[in-house]
Amino acid sequence: MTTTALRPVEALDVPRPPAGQLLRGAVQDTMTLTRRELRIWFRNPVFLFFTLVQPVIFTLLFRYVFGGAIPVKVPGGYVNYLMPGIVAQTAAFASFGTAISLARQLQKGVIDRFRAMPIARSAVLNGRLVADTIRVAFTVLMILAVGYAVGFRFQNGFLPAVVMVLVGIVFGVTICTVSAFVGLAIKDEESVGSFGLVWLFPLVFVSSVFVQPSSMPGWLQAFAKNQPVSIVVNEMRSLALGGPLVLHAWQSALWLAGIVAVFVPLAVRAYRRAS
Amino acid sequence: MTGSTGTAPWDGPAIYVEGVHKSFGDVEALGGIDFVVERGKVLGMLGPNGAGKTTAVKILTTLLSPDRGRALVEGRDVVRSPAAVRELIGLAGQSTAIQEELTGRENLDIMGRLYHLDPGTRDRRAAELLERFELVEAADRPTKGYSGGMQRRLDLALSLVARPSVLFLDEPTTGLDPRSRLGMWDVIRELVAAGTTLLLTTQYLEEADALADEIVVIDRGKVIAAGTASDLKNRIGGDVVEFVVVERDRLGEAVEAVRPLTDSEPGVEPGAAQVSLRVGDGGSEALVETVRRLDAIGVHTEGLGVRRPSLDDVFLSLTGHGAEEPEDGPTPRGRRRRPAAAEERS
Repeated sequence: MTTTALRPVEALDVPRPPAGQLLRGAVQDTMTLTRRELRIWFRNPVFLFFTLVQPVIFTLLFRYVFGGAIPVKVPGGYVNYLMPGIVAQTAAFASFGTAISLARQLQKGVIDRFRAMPIARSAVLNGRLVADTIRVAFTVLMILAVGYAVGFRFQNGFLPAVVMVLVGIVFGVTICTVSAFVGLAIKDEESVGSFGLVWLFPLVFVSSVFVQPSSMPGWLQAFAKNQPVSIVVNEMRSLALGGPLVLHAWQSALWLAGIVAVFVPLAVRAYRRAS
Repeated sequence: MTGSTGTAPWDGPAIYVEGVHKSFGDVEALGGIDFVVERGKVLGMLGPNGAGKTTAVKILTTLLSPDRGRALVEGRDVVRSPAAVRELIGLAGQSTAIQEELTGRENLDIMGRLYHLDPGTRDRRAAELLERFELVEAADRPTKGYSGGMQRRLDLALSLVARPSVLFLDEPTTGLDPRSRLGMWDVIRELVAAGTTLLLTTQYLEEADALADEIVVIDRGKVIAAGTASDLKNRIGGDVVEFVVVERDRLGEAVEAVRPLTDSEPGVEPGAAQVSLRVGDGGSEALVETVRRLDAIGVHTEGLGVRRPSLDDVFLSLTGHGAEEPEDGPTPRGRRRRPAAAEERS
């Protein structure tokens, strides 16, 4: 053994591969990991329940059980008020899969293994993001179909309807970046399973998602009217049913951009540190 | 593999580690370790939990950077050329690359894609590995239903998709039942026979003995001994035959009868009337001979048996403390706790 007399060895000089090759590799790896994430999601009954069954339950519950008791002043009645909110809620809750999947892969060492392979460093989180976008789009369209089946109708024309769907998807993906950080910071599947959505509950329920905040006590209204979920949902509602667009649009864009600007670097940092 | 970056061929050692230090906060995980693994050889890295084995593997597989020192894999520096290192290595062990919702074949296919193999090569390679690791029947079932042994075999297969020239196995059999462990040993022996350089970490002397050409013993971040398995066993005296003499007054007689079986002085504990003989490699023969000799003079014994040296014996003889001795120090929680916890888990 050579512990006593280590014969010194010089390292080889390794040239860096050309940028084009690196970029092609990064795109290819991102696509591979996107496919992987989507396949996992599609096979996991828990993920499917959270993204497909739970929103349907909420829709039916508020449409048929609570809805009759909630007075709103919008054309077409409560179901039209409800659906833009349900779309936002569904998109936001879909982020649960992001947190739990990242925590699990970190905990089991899958991510370490990827990092010890010649894969583009960015591919794990980028693949996650692309997969999340597809996943959120899928659930949003699914829940809108359910909405149509229970009487929801867009009131404001085709183009605004398309924009509403896009806003819902962008909102969901934005929440996914927060969830990515939560999952990477907690690093434990079980804890994420218990607490991964808790921070989202007050934001979704103390908001304009299900009821008009003006029905809440004054001290709560201040929060309910000004928090980001309400602002985005108000914008989506205006797009779907007609109403004040521009102000909500600016506020929504600022909130979403702000959330992304804070949580993407946090998530990337947590990802780099977690080993 | 992405075209192995036109570097000159390497004729040095497969792994070269020189003066590597790594600390997490105030906790020193590695305090300057040196070792070399020649190509095609197996190095067993032996040490208790928290000795620094996993940290060493993480540095060599580019997951952590050393604070000081140099680590080269096939001549590629893990800090300066991590991408080149990653193209050459495979990693498996306690962590897993398996995704439980996906089937064995799908897991292998994803690895093939990540190594940019073309579809034909991917399919062939997956089929080959499934065959070799006896996973053909389970190939198209979700891996969630695999047994522990099957999961370890699949995980090892995943690390071999790109035919790595240097393989790192971090405690590949920890937590496996004895039968699966032996199966894993066979698989590892086959790999080594095919010329793969292997660094294997383990807590079991037996495992290092069965698989490694050379062993480094690590404790508290330092290499405390190095050599072949028989070097180490000779240092600690090899197998030990032990017995207690029932008729205490015949203790001296019994010791004289068995004295020729050992090169060293027989260990005698007069209080317990216990005799222990260091018998090197020949434990079973010495045991039979002991029975024969004691029987010939009509001495009765209790608890006669042969004991193989364990990791604990190695540690006792090398450091004066046992392997399972808990880390002392006033840092059971808070900031400093985390690296230690991470080390244990991985």
